[in-house]
Amino acid sequence: MTTQSGETPLLEVQDLCVSFVQYTSCLRQSTLQVINNLSVSIYPGEIVAVVGSSGSGKSLLAHAVLGILPGNASFSGVISYDGQALSPKRQAELRGREIALIPQSVNYLDPLMRVGKQVQTSVHAGNPRSRQREVFERYQLSPDVDKLFPFQLSGGMARRVLVSTALVSGARLVIADEPTPGLDDAAVAETLDYFRDLADQGCGVMLITHDIEAALKIADRIAVFYAGSTVEIAPVQDFAGEGEALRHPYTKALWRALPQNGFEPMPGSQPLPHELPAGCVFQPRCRQATSECSTERPAMRTVREGMVRCIHAT
Amino acid sequence: MIAFLCKKLLRFATLLIALCVLSFWLVSYSPLDPIQAYVGADMTRVSLEQREAIAEYWGLNKPPVERFLHWGSALVQGDMGTSMIFRRPVADVIGERFMASLALMSMAWLFSGILGFVLGAIAGMKQDTWVDRLMKWYCFTLASTPTFWLGMLMVIVFAVWLGWFPVGLGVPAGVLAEQVTLADRLYHLILPALTLSILGVANVALHTRQKLVDILASDYVLFARARGEKGFLLFWRHGLRNVAIPAITIQFASFSELIGGTVLAEQVFSYPGLGQATVQAGLRSDLPLLLGIVICSALFVFIGNLVADIIYRLVDPRIRKGESA
Repeated sequence: MTTQSGETPLLEVQDLCVSFVQYTSCLRQSTLQVINNLSVSIYPGEIVAVVGSSGSGKSLLAHAVLGILPGNASFSGVISYDGQALSPKRQAELRGREIALIPQSVNYLDPLMRVGKQVQTSVHAGNPRSRQREVFERYQLSPDVDKLFPFQLSGGMARRVLVSTALVSGARLVIADEPTPGLDDAAVAETLDYFRDLADQGCGVMLITHDIEAALKIADRIAVFYAGSTVEIAPVQDFAGEGEALRHPYTKALWRALPQNGFEPMPGSQPLPHELPAGCVFQPRCRQATSECSTERPAMRTVREGMVRCIHAT
Repeated sequence: MIAFLCKKLLRFATLLIALCVLSFWLVSYSPLDPIQAYVGADMTRVSLEQREAIAEYWGLNKPPVERFLHWGSALVQGDMGTSMIFRRPVADVIGERFMASLALMSMAWLFSGILGFVLGAIAGMKQDTWVDRLMKWYCFTLASTPTFWLGMLMVIVFAVWLGWFPVGLGVPAGVLAEQVTLADRLYHLILPALTLSILGVANVALHTRQKLVDILASDYVLFARARGEKGFLLFWRHGLRNVAIPAITIQFASFSELIGGTVLAEQVFSYPGLGQATVQAGLRSDLPLLLGIVICSALFVFIGNLVADIIYRLVDPRIRKGESA
């Protein structure tokens, strides 16, 4: 399951930019661009992992797609769902019905509401009570769990409850925001199985994570996020061997930094949104950088079944 | 729950003992002269021997510790002594005055609680709109308004200019006690109760607003929005319950401010409640009554805080279930 040309993607994000208005001192306003020219697409039945280090603005991608960015944020670019561009009005209609969010922790549940009830509020078609019970049954959550409050859930139960909210809604696009931090290997495997399960039912799944190993286990395609933008979108098969099939130097470095692939550290650190270098954002840390790299920001282009934002990629 | 109540009662007992000792000690060093309070204006006609006889009779010539023990042991048996200005048992005076004040306070408390909560909830949901700004401006103005000043304003406008309400007192003047109807009492209650309510609104409204703003910025509301909830549904499902607990707690914990406000409002409206009795007891050196009122108000405030604690336990599952688990 690689790029399905010809089929309409479920979600297509083109040149998304998200910026915040900030007050630097008393009355001085400044605009901070956190996501710039991000493009990614997801087809039905496919899991696309958006992988990037912590604090790179990945969650904002999810919030932008859902239309729940905070009030001081503004965005540009085109987000299309099912071939149609999303307006704020249409986002409000689709939110929770067609597009569902799976948040990362139990803190995203109302602390004073029983979990069964909370999952029922996500149901849009059919009897909420029986639909919720059905999904809980499927995830081996006994009827007692319905009556529990979020703080009473164990870690495993909480994850299943959170996944249930997406499943009962009947959404076709599921966005999972950092679903695996701090989990042990068995729990990660369990969580990832739920997403595979959703994708096998025909949902498109966007898995936003900093855990590249987890992403490689289940994703069909990996979008690599660096300094507010995607630098490469590659089929998962390309992540093999010495990383010869990968296109972008950052992706290669990321691959080789994994313990099983040589544990090779990458010098330098990701630039912050307000101090992005001129030209290619990776250029100061890139071994292949030439003078051309620092003049113009490279556009996304197709290279061998994947996309890359690097002028040297072949 | 039982252990919790026992702990609270124990704490109250120690508080009460400390309060008795402290207030008795303060009073014994105050310039208030109980003999003058007893004799009144005839003081000049009382000779030194007569003064000593009175002191002897009331036990005022004994050392303070002995007097305290005498008063304390009577207090434990339920005898708070005799009010010097009313010439009646302190318990009776407080009981009667307290009922009058209770009517006033409970009306003000209920009205300010409900109105404050509604105002705060609306402002919180409409954060940073003109509705919110108007509410905040109103509350900040009220929060910095002295009770007596607002009371005087109310009297001038509604009693003197418009003549809608009586200027003061708890019952109509010149009417026999048996002929006073409930409607008469209510009619006299409205203006002081309104004064207290208008002021009480600010506190609960601003707290509710801030708490709701915090809730709306929380992760669980973000997730609720992501599930397509908005507007009133969002408030009903996730805002109301989460904001009601702190609001109720604040309202019960505000009993102390309520008493403070009542003292001033009753003075302005000459309303014969506990607050006015406090002022009289203070000004006319009625020490038994003053001490009795201090103890009763402490009890009242303590009950308010206790109820807030209990409600918190009953409503919030995190505390309720956390204890039983």
